[in-house]
Amino acid sequence: MKLVDEFRDPDKAQALATHIREVLPKVMADRRRTLQIMEFCGGHTHTIFKFGLEELLPEGIELVHGPGCPVCVLPMGRIDDAIAIAHQPNVIFTTFGDAMRVPGSRQSLLQAKADGADIRMVYSPTDALALARQHPEKRVVFFALGFETTMPSTALTVLQAEKEGLGNFSLFCNHITTVPTIKAVLDSPAMQIDGFIAPGHVSMVVGEQPFQFVAGHYNKPIVIAGFEPLDILQALSMLIDQFAESRCEVANQYTRVAPPEGNPAGLAAIHKVFELREFFEWRGLGSIDHSGVKMRPAFAQFDAECIFDVPNVRIADPKSAQCGEVVKGVIKPWECKVFGKACTPQTPVGALMVSSEGACAAYYNYGKHIPRVDALRFDATE
Amino acid sequence: MCLGIPGQIVAIIDADNGIAKVDVSGVKRDVNIACVRRPDEADTALIGIWVLVHVGFAMSRIDEQEAAKTLALLDQLGEIQPELNAMRETATS
Ligand code: SF4
Repeated sequence: MKLVDEFRDPDKAQALATHIREVLPKVMADRRRTLQIMEFCGGHTHTIFKFGLEELLPEGIELVHGPGCPVCVLPMGRIDDAIAIAHQPNVIFTTFGDAMRVPGSRQSLLQAKADGADIRMVYSPTDALALARQHPEKRVVFFALGFETTMPSTALTVLQAEKEGLGNFSLFCNHITTVPTIKAVLDSPAMQIDGFIAPGHVSMVVGEQPFQFVAGHYNKPIVIAGFEPLDILQALSMLIDQFAESRCEVANQYTRVAPPEGNPAGLAAIHKVFELREFFEWRGLGSIDHSGVKMRPAFAQFDAECIFDVPNVRIADPKSAQCGEVVKGVIKPWECKVFGKACTPQTPVGALMVSSEGACAAYYNYGKHIPRVDALRFDATE
Repeated sequence: MCLGIPGQIVAIIDADNGIAKVDVSGVKRDVNIACVRRPDEADTALIGIWVLVHVGFAMSRIDEQEAAKTLALLDQLGEIQPELNAMRETATS
């Protein structure tokens, strides 16, 4: 699609970077420390590294890579539960590929598969549904992951299963919610974030309103942004403008995909199927109130947590792992004691090394070791 | 999982279950369109529109007008810049 190419135009990127460079001194005039901007979403982190966007930014702005990578924040206990379900008789356990290598306390799903569990990678929850249709004698479980972006798809899949009376399909629900998590970041004592780039695809579903509290209550400007390099640079430029003009608002850079009101059909499906959990455990962040959803009792027959006996044990992260501090922006990935040594994408100790959206894997793959460059890496391939 | 990929709706496959054929860079796949349907619009009106596809679901229409606006804004920035630079170079302060 032509659109995509246009959002990678190096000249426009330079113009945005120049704009940022010119407005920044005005912002920095009465500040003592660097401006910290958190991109919450792992998708943004990925783009920032892939295109070397940090190299374009002037001194004075620092990007903090937030916790918004659903695979990265999945605690070991939930992986153990997933493996326990996969080992039950007659189960086909389906998952997105991203989750396969996330370490549990003893093994990952990939290792459990090698041990003989029937674990299959799917592209879509509807593929899991198709497996349930094909194998009426099997119990097909889908490992539901992600923020609000993927919630409508799993909710609609459950509704379809209900419509077809597919009693052998269920969901192991690990969906997490964005707003309580941003709030947890804002409330954490070491926090020094000045502004946020909000996840464009979560906003596509929930709209602009849920982010209002960030600007209204916490006085931090926040800009909803898309995932192309120019989207992120423009969002940064919009944030800097807000600082320079002493404004503090929710702004939307990504109107081409994320309408202000979100997606009513998607939200309706979410509310029909899911309700908030009291709390949900995050890898590195601990337990956050109301930061996850579970299935409503009306859908208990499709809820793997009701159907199967899951151990549901809390497992502490390995002591050497400093994922929590990285996710909160307190330390940089390369400052973690095991970064690049015991912990690499091939041998992840923490989950931030597993997914290409995790801050540690991004640093490892795209290198913090590269010298400053003045051009974007637009030759980067997928 | 979270990023999505743009595709164009080319046919309605199963109106009852909200399934359409979407062309994503030449790969055709059945995609659920429940989230991009509008109550006041026939499904056939969806044929030809661009959507963002996440894990087999069309999650949003890509508004080409809005996209054009964003790009136009960026263009403007590019045009203003050389002028600003020229002004700065000749500024006497
Ligand atoms: S290097 Fe590994 S253990 Fe350390 S913070 Fe990153 S993912 Fe966690």
